[in-house]
Amino acid sequence: MTDTTASPSEAQAAPADLPRNPPQRALPLNRELAGVWANDRGIWGQITSVSHTTLGLRFMATALVFFAIGGILAMLIRAQLATPDGAFLDTELYNQIFTMHGSIMMFLFAIPMLEGLGIWLLPKMLGTRDMAFPRLTALGYWCYLFGGLIMLTALLFGVAPRDGWFMYTPLSSSAYSPGINADVWLLGVTFVEISAVAAAVEITVTILRQRAPGMKLTEMPLFAWYMLGTSAMMLVGFPPLIAASVLLELERAFDWPFFDPLRGGDPLLWQHLFWLFGHPEVYIIFLPAAGALSTIIPVMCRTRILGYGAIVAAVLGLVFLSFGLWVHHMFTVGIPHMALAFFSAASVLVAVPTAVQVFAWIGTMWKGRPELHLPMYHILGFFLTFVLGGLTGVMLAIVPFNWQAHDTAFVTAHLHYVLIGGFVFPMMAAITYWMPLVTGKARVRGVGEAAFWVILIGFHGTFFVMHLTGLLGMPRRIDVYPDNPEWIWLNLTSSFFGFVMTIGFAMFALDMLLQVTLGTRARRDPWRAPTLDWAMPLPAPSFNFSSLPTARHLDRPASEVMLELACGDGALPGAPRGQREFLVTSVGAARPDHVAHLPGNTSLPFALSSSIGVFVLLVLWQLYLLAGMALVPVAVLIWVWGRGLAPRGPLQPIEIAPGVTLPVHHQARQSLGQSGLVAFLVANAALFASVLFGLAFLSVVTQGPAPPPAMIDTSRIAWATGLIAGAQLLGMALSRGGAPVWAALGLCANAVALIALLAGIVPVLDDPTAHARDALRAAMAAYVGLHLLVACGMAAFVLDQYRRGEITEQIRGAWAPWRLWQDFTSITTLVTILALIAQKGGA
Amino acid sequence: MRCRILSATLLLAGCGGPLSTLAPSGPVAAEIAWLWWAMLAGAGVITLFVLGLLALAFGRPRETSTRRWTHGLGLWFSLGVLTLLLGAGLVVGERILPRDDGAVTVRAHAFQWGWSFTHEGADGAPVESAGLMHIPAGQPVDILITSEDVIHSFWVPRLAGKMDAIPGRTNRLRLIADSPGVYAGLCAEFCGRGHAGMRFDVQAHADWPPENWPPEPERGRQ
Repeated sequence: MTDTTASPSEAQAAPADLPRNPPQRALPLNRELAGVWANDRGIWGQITSVSHTTLGLRFMATALVFFAIGGILAMLIRAQLATPDGAFLDTELYNQIFTMHGSIMMFLFAIPMLEGLGIWLLPKMLGTRDMAFPRLTALGYWCYLFGGLIMLTALLFGVAPRDGWFMYTPLSSSAYSPGINADVWLLGVTFVEISAVAAAVEITVTILRQRAPGMKLTEMPLFAWYMLGTSAMMLVGFPPLIAASVLLELERAFDWPFFDPLRGGDPLLWQHLFWLFGHPEVYIIFLPAAGALSTIIPVMCRTRILGYGAIVAAVLGLVFLSFGLWVHHMFTVGIPHMALAFFSAASVLVAVPTAVQVFAWIGTMWKGRPELHLPMYHILGFFLTFVLGGLTGVMLAIVPFNWQAHDTAFVTAHLHYVLIGGFVFPMMAAITYWMPLVTGKARVRGVGEAAFWVILIGFHGTFFVMHLTGLLGMPRRIDVYPDNPEWIWLNLTSSFFGFVMTIGFAMFALDMLLQVTLGTRARRDPWRAPTLDWAMPLPAPSFNFSSLPTARHLDRPASEVMLELACGDGALPGAPRGQREFLVTSVGAARPDHVAHLPGNTSLPFALSSSIGVFVLLVLWQLYLLAGMALVPVAVLIWVWGRGLAPRGPLQPIEIAPGVTLPVHHQARQSLGQSGLVAFLVANAALFASVLFGLAFLSVVTQGPAPPPAMIDTSRIAWATGLIAGAQLLGMALSRGGAPVWAALGLCANAVALIALLAGIVPVLDDPTAHARDALRAAMAAYVGLHLLVACGMAAFVLDQYRRGEITEQIRGAWAPWRLWQDFTSITTLVTILALIAQKGGA
Repeated sequence: MRCRILSATLLLAGCGGPLSTLAPSGPVAAEIAWLWWAMLAGAGVITLFVLGLLALAFGRPRETSTRRWTHGLGLWFSLGVLTLLLGAGLVVGERILPRDDGAVTVRAHAFQWGWSFTHEGADGAPVESAGLMHIPAGQPVDILITSEDVIHSFWVPRLAGKMDAIPGRTNRLRLIADSPGVYAGLCAEFCGRGHAGMRFDVQAHADWPPENWPPEPERGRQ
């Protein structure tokens, strides 16, 4: 097969496949790579590690620890509910415990677990050596850990959040939740979500730009499709939550009344923004698990997946539909009749792509010969549980039934069927399937199977009867039910089996521990899998592949491919330049494009996340002035981070295979960094859109008191706004320049806009505490100001690169990212101005 | 009559209780209960079908048409079932909605942590009560639901579904009690420390408006 359409720049990349590299001895090659890719020694090595294998595993291990903590909280809840008078916990503590149970399981277990799986597995499966942005992986991990620790510490000191994991306002506003409990949730979760956005950015870029040469987008492993869908949803789904949390924290800290109905705010705005995140969240959790199933089921059945195209279409359908049904969490808030019908239909429709996948998996099993290995047990557990959870989900999408079942134990049962069925069982299948790649050891027989049965029986014993408990009228989140003897036996049953399930999970943990300590050496490629993740020694080395797989290594038994790659047959063998390197390929056809040099071990991510942590703690302690000052080290470290990207020494093109030479990423037309910034700006745009949604919602839907007459001096606003708009249009043009003088002028243009904002508009803004309209205006001014400030910084960064002589004919330095940021900033600034004018006209 | 027999059977099956959605005491709750039983039956059949397919997978590998699984079962089978269900949901939804037919209205005002109710008295003057709501039996009643502070939710499971009480808004819910008696209600949306105790009762009266306000509480629960 020859490719005649290759453009001139791609012509040097081999048409169909790269030539073979000459064979080398495997062991020296291995040593050479290990020297370059290894973590530093000891504890310090854990702090400076940027390796996707180390961090992916650490994400998952930390998530499992949080799962255990969340599980213990669940047992406290079940102990309390085992008897109607539950004298075990007082109400205050009980409220903290169920809030933390939900928050921990969602934000500190499920999301980090799937991020960890993606980070650990994707580079191995796609045939590359690390994630696109190793330092960002580490930053995400530390933000997750520190945010999680803040929340746990609050629980230990009895000041944990207590308003339920969806934190409905006004219950969570300062009038009804004084103290720092709610702030712990808002700040802690937002801190943790830095890791979600970071993971989403780099998972997107890794899947699109780092696939093995020849691994077309349309032929990549299904797991990658699922993770691409997941990361796209995370990029768009998390910003509404972040926006809502920031707005609520502003309301709590400075009394800006976004959600206060007495001052033009609306508690329903919180619910819309929260569920705009919260429903996609369910699929964000489900898709990676489904990706693991689509990978493991065919291997367990010794066949290929049935209906690859249909499954990809189903994934894309889910991604799209999941953003159109958030209102089904709000069927009882008094939504207009037609909207109810629409969202009910959308909620029902989302079952279709799910059904397509379930039937494709069963069809795959028909096509092949299922073998009952341990992962298969968990897959069968998945089917039984998830089908029931899916069916109750469809029931809840039917509005009249929802009006009865909403906020009862029926919903609790449903969501546990979906999340444990759709996430925990598949994750247990994934853990038992990939464990040999982690430990290099085979498991000890017996305990795993027993753990499965105990978990399965415990789970269904707990939650099956809970459907009935709900239908008999038991609401969620109550701690006592002295007047309802008819619920006693049901609750006691749930509590009993809840403890059975916990014993099962303890046995599962024991099984893993036994494998690590007593397991015998696993043979390579133990499942005879066709994917690249098994085409490496066990346990997986830090660099994954001695030489990178190319088209001829795809879709073949992993055990054969492994030998070839170990001997340097693939692209870019070894680490002859003493640098961490991998190939970057084109998005669609995966043609080799350039070689990326990666940063090595560094403590910068730890330092940056620590300084963000200091900021978060200062805000939590309401030391706002100090918190503002704490942003200075954050900014400095971000600058240092950018400096770390500068090329070291002269850049020579690199021969990745005989006769095939590629440039290094500094000279690339479209580097990974640019792709990553685009992905980040998508998330940023979603954040901006969330704020605009808030503006529109409060202006159009909310029937609150009219705002006090605006006191703004219109002419002063007009000239300042005009100045900002003009400066931004100029900035957009200047960022397209290409000489130091353009960069200097660009810096000036952004500085002028910033000064016009600070001096011309901010002093005359109406009091943001008076009315939600004025609060939103102030928030939008702050958003624009922050972006202008960053734009100034990026222009200054480019100037600094000129001063250091780092920008040459071939190397464009930070011009491209500045231009992207400048365009985004200018456009959002102009849209903000237009939106405020429109709102003023409408008001 | 059908309802009586039904609820008698259900009580035997352990579905009773003062807060049971499965022991409806009025047409709104009964419609929803019927919908539930129908959905349960359908879900049972589908579950058995899927588990059957799964069991049959354990055996020899066999030739199987991809489209039959992804399109036949995945797309058309699920679309068919879901369309039917959605249709049923819309019909029931339509029938239980409040409409402008001059129904009696009662205001239910939620606060941390209790309920106050405002009725229209015999002479047109408002009559307040706390923790006990009065309605006529055998005719539709629209409840206007408001909140003083945080979000609560008004729910009388044996008479109708629930509707949230949201500060700054007024929501409307229709319920009908078939016969006179006392029905239990509660707050369904978590509202803070006193959430579990935020109960109330609804008394349905045979004669409306009652002759004396406040009416004598009738003994015993329906």
